[in-house]
Amino acid sequence: MGWYNKRLAKSLWVFHVSASPCNNCDIEILDLLTPRYDVERFGIKLVGSVRHADVLLVTGVINEKVAPRVRRVYEQAPKPVFVVGVGTCPISGCCFKESYNTVPRREDVIPFDLYVTGCPPKPEAMIDAIVKLVGVLNA
Amino acid sequence: MTKTTIPVGPFHPLLEEAEFFKIHVDGETVTGIDIDIGYMHRGHEYISEGKTFTQSIFLVERICGICSTSHPIAFVHAVEDVDNVEVPVRAAYIRTLVGELERIHSHLLWLGLAGHFIGYDTLWMWAWRYREPVLDIFETITGNRNHYGMMRVGGVARDVAPEAVPPLLETLDMIERKMDMIAKAAADDPVLKTRLKGVGILSRQAAVDYCTVGPTARASGVSIDVRKDEPRDAYGLVDFKSIVLDSGDVYGKLVVRVLETVESIKIVRQCLEKLRTAPGTILNDVKEISAGEGIGRYEAPRGEVFHYVRTDGSNRPVRHKVRAPSYMNIPTCAASCKGIPLADALITLAAIDPCYCCTERAIHVVDGRGARVATDLIRLSREKTDRLRRELHG
Repeated sequence: MGWYNKRLAKSLWVFHVSASPCNNCDIEILDLLTPRYDVERFGIKLVGSVRHADVLLVTGVINEKVAPRVRRVYEQAPKPVFVVGVGTCPISGCCFKESYNTVPRREDVIPFDLYVTGCPPKPEAMIDAIVKLVGVLNA
Repeated sequence: MTKTTIPVGPFHPLLEEAEFFKIHVDGETVTGIDIDIGYMHRGHEYISEGKTFTQSIFLVERICGICSTSHPIAFVHAVEDVDNVEVPVRAAYIRTLVGELERIHSHLLWLGLAGHFIGYDTLWMWAWRYREPVLDIFETITGNRNHYGMMRVGGVARDVAPEAVPPLLETLDMIERKMDMIAKAAADDPVLKTRLKGVGILSRQAAVDYCTVGPTARASGVSIDVRKDEPRDAYGLVDFKSIVLDSGDVYGKLVVRVLETVESIKIVRQCLEKLRTAPGTILNDVKEISAGEGIGRYEAPRGEVFHYVRTDGSNRPVRHKVRAPSYMNIPTCAASCKGIPLADALITLAAIDPCYCCTERAIHVVDGRGARVATDLIRLSREKTDRLRRELHG
């Protein structure tokens, strides 16, 4: 799929999946689109439908109620699709790992390809992650 | 008459968070609205009971990323209320400073999203562009753009160095000029006026009946503001106005928020001036919290946030209850959306600046086992009131 990925890397379209976050990573993702960071210059666009998405940005610990929906969103996305976990929550559960309502294993719900650390990650860190993803796709 | 139900969500391009609206329409007109939430429930109150007071501050910060200092302020107020802990003057000014900066960034954020929702992306880009310098100020003062970790029981965690103040004042001047520009451009824009004026009106009586708080209530002519009603920290020491309008429509809510931002800039400036000279420490050493109960209130950007803490003399809360402002404001959608065209429904939903991350702490236990997250908050709330009434009066 090397040739396909190379073409994909030219303009990644992202879909934002908010899976019980605290809202902060989501706001920082939107921040990426606004004039100071403006990731649209890399061809990255936030799209409204998962059917158009090349990348899913998943934020938050996934709770029991949202888990089937997240799974369904992933299944609906045309493959190949790359799943980026934004923030500490998808990695470790942040301070919510003792909660009764989070799924035990987030990897079972949606397979992550890439993580961005930070609570919340700075927009620069997210841009760095995207650039790394583009680098991997081009390799 | 055919009745149609339009599902919106849980993942919808117009919704920042995952929540699910069922909008009942008759032709173009909205006849009713159901809100299904619970996609954000993380069980804060339960986790908080296993954490120490200082750890809980970081936890309640993560209730919501936008009002991420209102919850800690209300929480430390609640813990301080148990033992009547005094807060140093300097710490009080820093608390108010951080709280008001948060109001500026939150209102700018809402203004931008409101513009985005009605297809006025220029306003979005403007508002968010001039929100960035506010986040820069945050980074200078607290070390992080969001989730500041500033509050402590008995004071604050970090001091603001007097030499850091002049550059901050310069940035603030710039924000004020730009705010003025946005306010004039947005509030006088004919398209915006026709789009928002008279849309989604919430009458004064409905605002009182639904117990609304914050800008939603103040735009409907209800003068309610914790900063004025029960001034804590430095709110009694600074000069500001509480903005109250009586139009009740979306445009009124926009104007309230814009004017409030200007007032917040005034408060921030006064706090920074005081921090140049105010002497003293920033943290009173609190060795232990005795057994008791405490409540904390704070005027978050969306309205009054309320924390209740019960302690037993250990270093953890035995019970911690949170009531976020959106919990009171979201049900008003049922009143303000009725009878309006479908196209206006979303901006009306967005006008209360709903924050589902804050709201979702309600749990409904079925048959004593298996918790189900509440699906219909209004119904549950009424059922609970009825049950309590029956229990009280036999």
